[in-house]
Amino acid sequence: MKLPGAGAAATSGALNGASIIASIKASRIEYVLSVPDIVTSAGLLRPIADDKELHLIRVCKEDECIGIASGLSYCDKRALILIQHTGFLDSLNAIRGIAVEYKQPICMMVGLLQHDPEFAPRASPRYGVRIVEPILDDMGIAHHLISVDADIAKIRPAIEKAYAEPGPVAFLIGRSPA
Amino acid sequence: MMKRDECFRLLARHISDEAVVATYSSAVDWVVVAPRALNYTSIGAMGLDSSHGLGLALGRPDRRVVVLQGDGSLLMNLGSLVTIAAVAPKNLVHLVAQNDTYEANGGHPIPLPSVDFAGLARAAGYAAVYDFSDLGVFAQQVAQVLEQQGPVFATLHVEPSKPLAYDYPSLYDPEKRKAFKAAWRS
Repeated sequence: MKLPGAGAAATSGALNGASIIASIKASRIEYVLSVPDIVTSAGLLRPIADDKELHLIRVCKEDECIGIASGLSYCDKRALILIQHTGFLDSLNAIRGIAVEYKQPICMMVGLLQHDPEFAPRASPRYGVRIVEPILDDMGIAHHLISVDADIAKIRPAIEKAYAEPGPVAFLIGRSPA
Repeated sequence: MMKRDECFRLLARHISDEAVVATYSSAVDWVVVAPRALNYTSIGAMGLDSSHGLGLALGRPDRRVVVLQGDGSLLMNLGSLVTIAAVAPKNLVHLVAQNDTYEANGGHPIPLPSVDFAGLARAAGYAAVYDFSDLGVFAQQVAQVLEQQGPVFATLHVEPSKPLAYDYPSLYDPEKRKAFKAAWRS
């Protein structure tokens, strides 16, 4: 199933990495916790690594990010977790316990590896991509597809909501930011 | 061989305004030895205690954080040794009670009971590493362990405990999380 109604924009659209980073900063994120993801490598992770306003913590395995972000939240420090959807799947027990059951403000930006933006993620031919949104729905985690520039406006209010409630949120990066 | 609760009694004499992150058997012993608002026992997933501790240490560089982890837990998050060494928080003390068993899960042995956790931490790049199997030596050096510039790692070689009562509803009580946050902010 191709993305309904958004076909041209979704297939030919672009995603501006600098605008995403500006939105992250506007959301008062101080720490970015990451395992490299090829979807976001050039457009997000490399410029974040060079950004003096953001502290990048490189971790060995994605579930570490959930614990670190939780610890930071007790210090009123905001963190964004930048990972690949495979790492999200690998971290589900930590997300279940810390983000969902403890209601912690865990904010995740998840690159959809090998995703074709022409398709809605839950209709992706790739099984690993197809199951991400249903899992988030089952866990009651708010999520937003970030696939074209117009989607970037969703980031800041969703992060503010995550810290206000508190609770987790996931941004699914549907194409490589430029 | 030492007993974990005896080690913790010695440790508690030197603890004041530190956050103490503890889980499973270590948490059961610690909250009896030192019941206090600054105990952080809601970890959510086995092995992540060291990662929670890193987050707390980063967020409050003016305060010290002590992680009391079991060997089974560290094995589930061995990469955190490398992450912590890379970030190098000066205010983090990472103590691992090694009894060579998954005590909270039935007392089964860890895959390799002779694993050298202190050696792993040293190789990862911790600023200071200790390995204690004698209570008298630990008593002599515990103050130094806590006061040293971190990240500091120490293995405490301890006997498996007698069967413990794991009161998880109390350890994971949301009210305790609120109390911790209030105390940690002050």
